[in-house]
Order: sequence, then structure tokens, then C-alpha cells
Amino acid sequence: MTQFSKRTLLTAMAALPAAALFVPRAAWADIEVNVNRADVQPLPIAIPAFGGGQVGVDIVGVIASDLQRSGLFRPLDPASFTDRDLNAAVQPNYPAWQKINAQALLYGQASAAGSGLQVDIRICDVFAEKELKGQRFTASPENWRRVAHKIADFVYELLTGEKGYFDTRIAFVAETGARGSKTKRLGIMDQDGANPQYLTDGSATIMTPRFSSTSQQLTYMELRPEGSKIYLLDLDTTRRESLGEFKGMVFSPRFSPDGSKVAFSVERGGNSDIFMMDLRSRATTRLTVDPAIDTSPSFSPNGAQIVFNSDRSGSPQIYIMGADGSSPRRISFAQGRYTAPVWSPTGEFIAFTKQTGGEFHIGVMKPDGSDERILTSSYLDEGPAWAPNGRVLVFTRQGAGGGSKLWSVDVTGRTLQPLPYPGAGSDPAWSPLLN
Amino acid sequence: MVTTVNARSALRLTLIAAGALSLAACGHGPKPSYPTSQATQAPHSAEPSRPQAMPNRTEPVTQNALPGSERDFTVNVGDRVYFDYDMFTVRGDATPLLDAQSDWLKRYPAVQVRIEGNADERGTEEYNLALGARRANAVREYLVAHGVAATRITTVSFGKEKPIDTGAGEQAEAHNRNGHTAIVSGARMQ
Repeated sequence: MTQFSKRTLLTAMAALPAAALFVPRAAWADIEVNVNRADVQPLPIAIPAFGGGQVGVDIVGVIASDLQRSGLFRPLDPASFTDRDLNAAVQPNYPAWQKINAQALLYGQASAAGSGLQVDIRICDVFAEKELKGQRFTASPENWRRVAHKIADFVYELLTGEKGYFDTRIAFVAETGARGSKTKRLGIMDQDGANPQYLTDGSATIMTPRFSSTSQQLTYMELRPEGSKIYLLDLDTTRRESLGEFKGMVFSPRFSPDGSKVAFSVERGGNSDIFMMDLRSRATTRLTVDPAIDTSPSFSPNGAQIVFNSDRSGSPQIYIMGADGSSPRRISFAQGRYTAPVWSPTGEFIAFTKQTGGEFHIGVMKPDGSDERILTSSYLDEGPAWAPNGRVLVFTRQGAGGGSKLWSVDVTGRTLQPLPYPGAGSDPAWSPLLN
Repeated sequence: MVTTVNARSALRLTLIAAGALSLAACGHGPKPSYPTSQATQAPHSAEPSRPQAMPNRTEPVTQNALPGSERDFTVNVGDRVYFDYDMFTVRGDATPLLDAQSDWLKRYPAVQVRIEGNADERGTEEYNLALGARRANAVREYLVAHGVAATRITTVSFGKEKPIDTGAGEQAEAHNRNGHTAIVSGARMQ
């Protein structure tokens, strides 16, 4: 029996009481774990530098960082490695890896293949002394970071049984300037903070970028003194188009799961309702007709339902309706003000922002409103967005009178950490996996 | 409390406007009065601190905004009213200022305004955009009900994007829950 299994890691992710793997702490600093609800240790994994020169070393650095930040793996300190003769031609010296309590071993070789980069990897179960799987990755040399993320996704999927989320990007609002006169530009970066780029010039305030779950396309809101607009932006072609002109404010856009529609809020005469536009026909239908605030629509993964925010009961709460606007019903009933709901890509949870006791929280609940779980607490946490595998949320955290930063938390609340983006930012949105 | 807020904000606007025009800051009250102007281009009295035998010559020269100018509106009428937490009904203590706004706007019918609704940071972005829209519309409806043509008024919500008080805490939040009447066009040059 292998000492780690998909079941162990899945159990860790579900925050159920689990048979914890006892592992002595290694010299590498663990990520900060603010809430340790599940008595589960991250899986110790040894990732010696890949052969093939500097690129092999660099790729391993990216893989180790990805896996460590997931909270489910603990890459071991390379200084503790004694098996220095690893290569594809021989078996690993398993006792040497067992001695440092590595449970998994990932090793590989980078080489040039024509004008491209080729990386072969193998993953081994150290205590079972067997190779689990091998894989070859090829790409153009400048995409070496993406190769590393793909390998991290491969390891994550192999050992957890769930899709990874490392070869992805995060769109966000990059903030500069003092509070009250902030410049808010549309930004995009790799999920590990590398390659940040800014896609708007700062002349208008950008808010709420959201990814299509099927393509590298964004929808976002642009706010100017004259009013607001919702845009669609194709990141591959950089083609940008407006949803059109509306009388009143438009805001809070969100793609349907198949990318064919956008739901959003339209304000008329002070009242905000939810509308939906078919992007092919450009036909707009109205989904809510209510004098209350109706905003923040987010589709269920099958597209049949929409979760949204309304204060029709007197305070902001979470509601679900059919995607045609039918049968709205409230699902949040605990004490507090609930806003910004967003359905997980797996359909399992609805994440939200909750305001109670003078603090803001990111939380999740089941779509029927049960099993509410609060994951974070601070002066101001808001705007959760899901990783494509539904295991991690990114959100905005702001201190009292301070700037906004991008943070992430896993769905158990165990692994809470800032995103590795040095600047101020808000409204993060996660892309689907790149191809 | 609200008069304090209005006075503070009016004073701040005065300082900004005066600074921009390189004028000495002279504290106008926020009251909706329309000074029968002594506006003058007279140079500053040179050395007012030196003892003089002729006190009349050192009497301060008053400089006021031109009636019908944007500064006249912001300083002498007041361009901002405040709301309670998560509320968008016009407060009783805001009505004198909105009455003065509608009087002023009726006096200067070429002026077009934009009502900007603002929210404090103790709410999330999208909800606050909707809340700011409600506030802007509440101000608009008040002005229209008091005789300002609806075609002269547009509205926008800034949500919590444009705090006028960048501090934290209840006082800052109270300042940031407001409806701001911005003059878009038609005012006299100042």
C-alpha cells in the first residue's frame, strides 16, 4: 500500500478528520497556515534540480513554489538530498529518499529538441519504491515557466485525483496612487505572480474583470464620470468590444459557463436589476423586476441557475433563480449581510462575502444554503473568485485606511496567503487552464 | 453634526478653489446666501501688519465667487448631501441644502449637473455601485420635485471608488456616504 494516496490528499482538501501523516518539519519554511482545521500535514515531496542546466534548475523552482503554495505539498530542502546520481537510466536510490522522509519524488531532465524545449519527468512513490508515472513536455524555450506549471498540474492531478490550477492566469485590477485618487488599471499575470502586464492606460477606473470559463476572454466594467460600460476583451487577439450603450449604469458582468451570454446589472432611475445578453444575437432579456438592488449574478456550472445578491428582504442576502429569472428564492439566513456570491466551477459551493460583527469574511455554503463555512476574517475581505478546479479562492483584502492586496484561501480555510504580486490590487479573477 | 460635515467640506472646497486661483483663503460660510458682490480686482493691501494711522485703508478687501459660477455653487450653496448607512432617503437635515441647490439651478437655467452617488467602504463593490445609484437618484428626484428640469440632470454612481475622506472609521464613512452635485456645463466662468 502506498503511504500517500489520492484518498489522503482528497481527505485533506475536504477538511475531514483524517489519518494525519506525521512528518518532521524540514528546513524549508512552510507556507503560513492561519487556520489549521484539518489535522493533515502537507505531503513531503523531493524535487531535485532537473538535469539540463539552468533551465532545469529554474523549472524546479517554479514547480516547488506552485506545489508549496497549494498547501497540500511540502517540497523538501534540496540541501538534504543525498541521492545525487539520479537520471533516467537508473532507479532512484529509494532508501536515500526514505531517510529524509520524502514520500514522493519528482525528477526530470530538460533538453533541447530541435528549436524547442523538452522536459521528461518521472514521479515515484518513495516508500513503495516504484515509479508511478512519467511524462514528456515540449514547448518553445521562452515558455519554460508554462512547462513548469504544466508539470506541477500533472503532479497535483496524479496525487490528488483532481485537476490542477497552476497553468493559469489571474486578471485583476492594478491599483496605484493614494486612496481617493487611485488609478485602477486592468492587469493580468500568471497565477504565481510572474509576467504582470497592464492592459488599460488608467484613464478610466476598471472594475470587476471576470474570465470566461471556456476561453481566454474577459468581461469587465469601466467607470468614468459620464457613466459605465461593460467590455469584452479577447486576450489572444486583444480585440475589445463594448456590450453596447445603456440608459443608466451597467455593472457586475459575468459570463455564462459556455461563454455565450453575459449576465449583468442595469440601473434605471436608481433601481438595479439583472439582465442577460446573448452575445451572438445581442438580444437582452431582463431577469429580475424588483425595486430592490439586484446584482452580482453568477451562473451554476450547468448554466441552468443564477445566484445573485438582492436586498429585497431589507438587507443584502443571497438568492438563487432560474437562468430565465424564474422562482427566485433566498438561501442565506444566518446573521449578517451577504454579498458578491459566486458559484464554484464544480457546482459544489457558493462563495460569498459576509459582513458581520464589524468584520468582512470570505465564506462558502452549499447551493441550498446549508453548511456555511467562514474561511477568512479581516477589516475588509471581499470579492471571492474561484480557481478553475474549485479548490482555491482569490479575493481582495484591504486594511483600515490601507491599500488593497490580492489574497488567496483554499476551500477548507487552511491555507490563507497573499498572492505573490507586490503591488496593490483588487478584484482578482482566475482563468481556465491554458492549453 | 451634519452642518459640521457640510461646513468642513465647504471649507475644504473653498481652500482648494482659492488655492487654484492663487487667492488668499477667505472662509465663507456654507450658507446659501448670494452676496451682492464687491468682487474686485484690487491688489492686495501690501503690508497689513504694519501699524497704520488710517484704519480704513487696511480694511480687508472681500473677494467672492462670481454669482452663477461653479465656485459660487460649491461655496455658497453646497454641492454635497450626506446619507445614513445603507440608506438612500434624503435626510431631513439635507433638505435646506437641496432646496438651495434647486433655487440656484432655477436661477441659472443654462447649468447642467451630474449627481454622483457615493458609498462608504463598509460594503462590497457591486452592491455599493447599486447603492450609490440609489442615492444619486434620490437627489435627482428631490431637485426635479422642486422644479429643476429633469433633462438638466444626469446621474452616476461611483460606489466606493471616490472617497472624499480617506481615513477609516465612522466619521470618514459618514463623509463618504454622499450625493455630490457636479456642474457639467453652463456655469459662468469664475
